[in-house]
Amino acid sequence: MNVWLMMGAIGLLTFLTRLSFIALLERFRLPPILQRALRFVPIAVLSAIIAPEVGYLDNRLFLSLQNPRLLAAIVATLVAYYTKNVVWTIVVGMVVFWLLGMWG
Amino acid sequence: MQNTASQQFLRGVKDELPILLGVAPFGMIYGILALSAGLPALEAQAMSAVIFAGASQLMTVQLIQEAVPWTVIVLTGFVINLRHALYSATVAPYLQHLPRRWKAVLAYLLTDEAFAVASLNYQREGITRFSHWYFLGAGLALWSSWQVSTAVGIFLGAQVPQAWGLDFTLPLTFIALVVPALKDRAGLVTAITASVAALAFFGLPYKLGLIVAAALAIAAGMWTEVRQ
Repeated sequence: MNVWLMMGAIGLLTFLTRLSFIALLERFRLPPILQRALRFVPIAVLSAIIAPEVGYLDNRLFLSLQNPRLLAAIVATLVAYYTKNVVWTIVVGMVVFWLLGMWG
Repeated sequence: MQNTASQQFLRGVKDELPILLGVAPFGMIYGILALSAGLPALEAQAMSAVIFAGASQLMTVQLIQEAVPWTVIVLTGFVINLRHALYSATVAPYLQHLPRRWKAVLAYLLTDEAFAVASLNYQREGITRFSHWYFLGAGLALWSSWQVSTAVGIFLGAQVPQAWGLDFTLPLTFIALVVPALKDRAGLVTAITASVAALAFFGLPYKLGLIVAAALAIAAGMWTEVRQ
């Protein structure tokens, strides 16, 4: 199949997914319980993206301090907690990751 | 300080800037992988504007390379982006007063990173007269850097060695966004549940483990909040 058509289909579906509730809420109101649930969406989804990126190496679960990604992520978490600074978190995390790669 | 559209727009841009440090390498990686998967430069660049979702684009070029049936590719791209429906529901109450064209533009810009910045701002400040301009600023800053970093990746091609591990900047960016947002016990329980469940359900097809983990984590967060 033509790459342009495929890209267009995925792009349209993605846009409609992003528009879904923004458009639906013109007609419906969210039940209060769902409104309360939404507060947890950013933390839940971002954490669920982070964990496998860090805990899996080459598609295998690798929960050990021998895993450079896991160790660098733990250091980055501490930096984020104490500095609340995005740039420091990324820079320190990457430097730790590279250093572990050089020594490992 | 927050009373004009342009000031809110610039605040949005400014709050998005640090995140671009983590996003730009990811855009470059996408550009590099798209070319090595055999996609022409024009198509590779266009995908960043048409789909505008990193994880989905990476998966799409990988599946194109593996010559997977197109229905599977479209379905996979769609399912990976299902999390955006949750984002849509989260920001929807803050956008209801806006005209339709604003809703359409902000929906197009509703990526992980723009959502994280805009929704945290809404949680802090609620709806203000020009708060949608803040969202627009954050979204356009991300959009521009995604297009430029894709182009850089396409241009550099294989000159950037995989050994640099630049893809690691993405989880680091998300760590930088999540950790400061953990302000109470319920939030902490949500983060821990999401992490454990995402590891446990990683094997599910179409990255569905992400959706399952997020749903379990939201339930756990609410349960903790009710018990307090």
